[in-house]
Amino acid sequence: MKRTPRKRSAALHVPPGAPQKTIAGGLAVALVLAVAACGGDDNGGGASVPGVTDTEVVVGTHMPLTGPASAGYSKIAPATKAYFDLVNANGGVHGRKITYKIMDDGYNPANTQQVVRQLVLQDKVFAILNGLGTGTHTGVLDFLASNRVPDLFVASGSRSWDQPDKYPGTFGFNPDYTVEGKILATYIQKNFAGQKVCFLGQDDDFGRDSLLGVEKVLGPTGVAAKQKYVTSNANVGPQIGAFKAAGCQVVVLATVPPFTALSIGTAARLGFRPQWVVSNVGADYLTLSGLLGANKALLEGMLAVGYLPSQFDLDDPWTALFKRVNDQYNAAAPFDGNIVYGMAVGYLFVQALQAAGKDLTREGIIAAVEKGGFRGPGLAPLRYSGDDHSGYGGHRMTKVTGSTQDYFGPIYETDEADGPVKEYAEQPPAPPQNGIPAA
Amino acid sequence: MRSTVVRHLALTLAAAAALLALTYGLAPFRDYQLATAAAYLCVTAGLTVLTGLSGQLSLGHGALMATGAYPVALAQNEFRDRDISGGWVLPLSLAIGVAAALVAGLVVGLAAARLRGPYLAGVTLAVAVIVPALTTAFDSVFNGDQGLSVYIEPPPLSLGATFPYERWQAWIALTGALLTMFLLANLVRSRYGRHFRAVRDDEVAARLAGIDVARTQVLAFVVSAACAGLGGGLLAVLAQSVSPGAFSLTLSLFLVMAVVIGGLGRLAGAVWGAVLLVLLPEASHSLTEALSLSPAAAQRLDGNLPLAIFGTTLVVVMLLAPGGVQGLLARAARRLHPRQDHREVGTP
Amino acid sequence: MDRFVFLTFDGLSRGAVYAAFALALVLIWRGARIVNFAQGAMAVATVYAAYSVTSATGSYWLGFGAALLFGLALGVVVERGVMRFVAHTSPLNAVIVALGLVLVIQAVLGMVYGNEYRPAEAPFSRTAFTVGGLAFLSRYDVFVFAAVVALMVGLALLFTRTAVGLRLRAAAFAPEVSRLLGVNVAGMRTLAWALASAVGALAAMLVVPTGLGLHPTSMELVFVTAFTAAVVGGLDSPLGAVAGGLAVGLLLSYVSGYAGAEMTPVAVLLLLLAVLLVRPSGLFSGVAARRV
Repeated sequence: MKRTPRKRSAALHVPPGAPQKTIAGGLAVALVLAVAACGGDDNGGGASVPGVTDTEVVVGTHMPLTGPASAGYSKIAPATKAYFDLVNANGGVHGRKITYKIMDDGYNPANTQQVVRQLVLQDKVFAILNGLGTGTHTGVLDFLASNRVPDLFVASGSRSWDQPDKYPGTFGFNPDYTVEGKILATYIQKNFAGQKVCFLGQDDDFGRDSLLGVEKVLGPTGVAAKQKYVTSNANVGPQIGAFKAAGCQVVVLATVPPFTALSIGTAARLGFRPQWVVSNVGADYLTLSGLLGANKALLEGMLAVGYLPSQFDLDDPWTALFKRVNDQYNAAAPFDGNIVYGMAVGYLFVQALQAAGKDLTREGIIAAVEKGGFRGPGLAPLRYSGDDHSGYGGHRMTKVTGSTQDYFGPIYETDEADGPVKEYAEQPPAPPQNGIPAA
Repeated sequence: MRSTVVRHLALTLAAAAALLALTYGLAPFRDYQLATAAAYLCVTAGLTVLTGLSGQLSLGHGALMATGAYPVALAQNEFRDRDISGGWVLPLSLAIGVAAALVAGLVVGLAAARLRGPYLAGVTLAVAVIVPALTTAFDSVFNGDQGLSVYIEPPPLSLGATFPYERWQAWIALTGALLTMFLLANLVRSRYGRHFRAVRDDEVAARLAGIDVARTQVLAFVVSAACAGLGGGLLAVLAQSVSPGAFSLTLSLFLVMAVVIGGLGRLAGAVWGAVLLVLLPEASHSLTEALSLSPAAAQRLDGNLPLAIFGTTLVVVMLLAPGGVQGLLARAARRLHPRQDHREVGTP
Repeated sequence: MDRFVFLTFDGLSRGAVYAAFALALVLIWRGARIVNFAQGAMAVATVYAAYSVTSATGSYWLGFGAALLFGLALGVVVERGVMRFVAHTSPLNAVIVALGLVLVIQAVLGMVYGNEYRPAEAPFSRTAFTVGGLAFLSRYDVFVFAAVVALMVGLALLFTRTAVGLRLRAAAFAPEVSRLLGVNVAGMRTLAWALASAVGALAAMLVVPTGLGLHPTSMELVFVTAFTAAVVGGLDSPLGAVAGGLAVGLLLSYVSGYAGAEMTPVAVLLLLLAVLLVRPSGLFSGVAARRV
């Protein structure tokens, strides 16, 4: 390769002489001062509660609205906002309308740091609601704790949200991955006894906690082959190939939706058709069939778990309610599990606001959640108490038949430790007539 | 040369005083943004020296930031586990991070010294993608995609119980940035700075003049890597966490673009670049909010609009003003101060 | 042994798509002496165009053809509309402009099509042929190989045996002299861009069905891997690009299978450093770097 003398860039000629630097320096400082001026500060906050006035309460969230993780999850926050619109149209809670600020972090923890600080320091929100992502949210726990911001109903099943002594203001929502693993394993033990069970999990807390739960029930030798995947490597051929070679008959997937679809598709190409048992995180039928396209018939017979009303069962009064709200306030977006999830979160938050009373404070809402006793659309019980901040504590099995995904069998509940997996007999209550929890 | 150092020292101290006053005047969130810009400034300053003055394109500086950030996280957590504390702990951790980045810069620099043009770009691109992925390869230490949280001691009690944490963060970051700028300004005006420019402009002539080309190239890489490591370490302190997603390929590319828009080869341009990296996402988000669209449309635009704006700005600036913001300012300054610097060769 | 055979074929089929994209990079390097960092984003845009056409007409091959045509057009537009005006005082300028284009293209695609993954259909079955329980290549893999080989042969013939190819190379290596000899240098550059963009579109159409789906960022990692493959093989050599692509594909597969998916980045880095320390201009490049 002939190397020609490198041409000079006209821009690089001027040595950094003093006059230009001083002017540049001065202008830079001036710019920063200008930004500071319009930054607007009322750090003389006084005794008022941040984010709360007589007519409004402001909460914020961080969600992946863009980027590879946004598929599906980007629909959650708009659904919650739509539910809040319903509540606001009926006068709000104790006369306060709910304003929901949705910030995009692209599933990147560095962005989460920025937007959460913006919400707390700049927008002065009352609380953070339903922050999504294990890795993204872990990074802001310390900041929220030291600023005493209520951190409600984190959208992830990690056990990190259940640390009341370290993070007294943080509460989970999703059932823990370990709880889920135990329930999946219990079902496998009862219905697929003697068959070879294998496990594919994401290489982080999600996959690890799921496997922990599975092995608590099946025992340390119960899983014949264990494989991991990373979201940066979209080829699971080697892992699925290993399962096929090991003769797996049941495969447990602790995967996000793109990788659930990828695993099922790859297995079909290799001529390998085990019984798929999938985590709630990656099992939404509509999302998966969208990803698989023409191959969506491969989902037939897929087993999974869920804890919220089924979006397919329009006889369920909660589903009907959420669909109504979706049509009216969310521009009739495609109605799937993410919409149901978002509205369930909204419903629980409104219940907490009501329980906290007219004199709304940050300590007040934390106490209200800890008091617990909320009953809503969830199938499983909520475990909130003074020393349990984890959230939902159970699941019900689902199965894909044709083009629906329906619940069957009993609801199971358990804890994240070594407690047994029991059946839970209580049914969800009927929703209120206007869709808003009774005060 | 000595007068140059003294002059730079005076400028640095004056800037320090001004910035100190500024941190008292700003709201906490703006202090945090100032701190973030200061951390980015360490990186952009080193990168502009490497790419502008030494002519070596690096598309992997985000990864070099990670090689500084992770050791800081591990060191801070280790000190905390052993109950060691004190004012010297954080500077020591940062020094460890800089040292690690220096070694990484040496390795990459040695591999890159023999490469030119697209091959160099290719190696740095691979570094940008692969080094963060190493955190998943050795996830017992680095905890994979989830990353590590970084323990930082609260501000010393001597400052008062109500001292805003963000102001303390700004002080830490600004100290690092001022130190970096001071050292780089001296380096650029020294013999080594002249060697950088000589090798960039005409390698054959530089070699004939007795300059060791490979060593000069490697030195530039090592210096800029150390600066990137410091910047990464400071970001770890500010965010109180490290994760591979924070040092992705996108960040590496944004750094190059920020440096070019600010003005390649000029330290003042690095300042503009750092400011841009912090302000542009927020400005785009405010613009999207101000348009008050329907939820579905806003969802499409939010996130995508800043990217579109950044990309368009980049293209436009490169086509119309290759000297960047600082180049435009320099041209304007020259028009105001007609006395010429007789050392200049070839005005644009 | 079974596992080794399985991993080999998995690696070859992956490597073929990297090879296809590496060919596009080699093409633009030989034709315009720059590396087009926007290649991946431009290619993804053409796949979206194919997606729209296929959704509207129901035919994969119509969409395929649309992608190639759109690729040609996009290459012309980018070269004439943007790259032509880049100041050539430094090779950096073109790189930065290309990176800016990547952002703009990804953002526009996100705004127009949304950020969901869309299913990308393959024209042939991706189920592997099995012989005695061992999975070999699928029909789709054979299609990809055939396309890559045809492309490689076509490009080699174009550059070495045709007058147009000679003019392309002349315009890239020695623009001033070529102009004096009557070569339409500007036109040749536009042609190089158009061809490279079409080849990139072809490569992307081959790659996207094998991944997670169609998304504005689908080609990012592929670009980096293919660029590594092209550098390993030598940017001047189509044969090198193919060899590099297959080598990288095999390496990724073996490492993923024997050491775990997490170790693949380490392996790629080691390969890259090893090749570049021993043969800096790539394994198959014919011209040695001039040392002073």
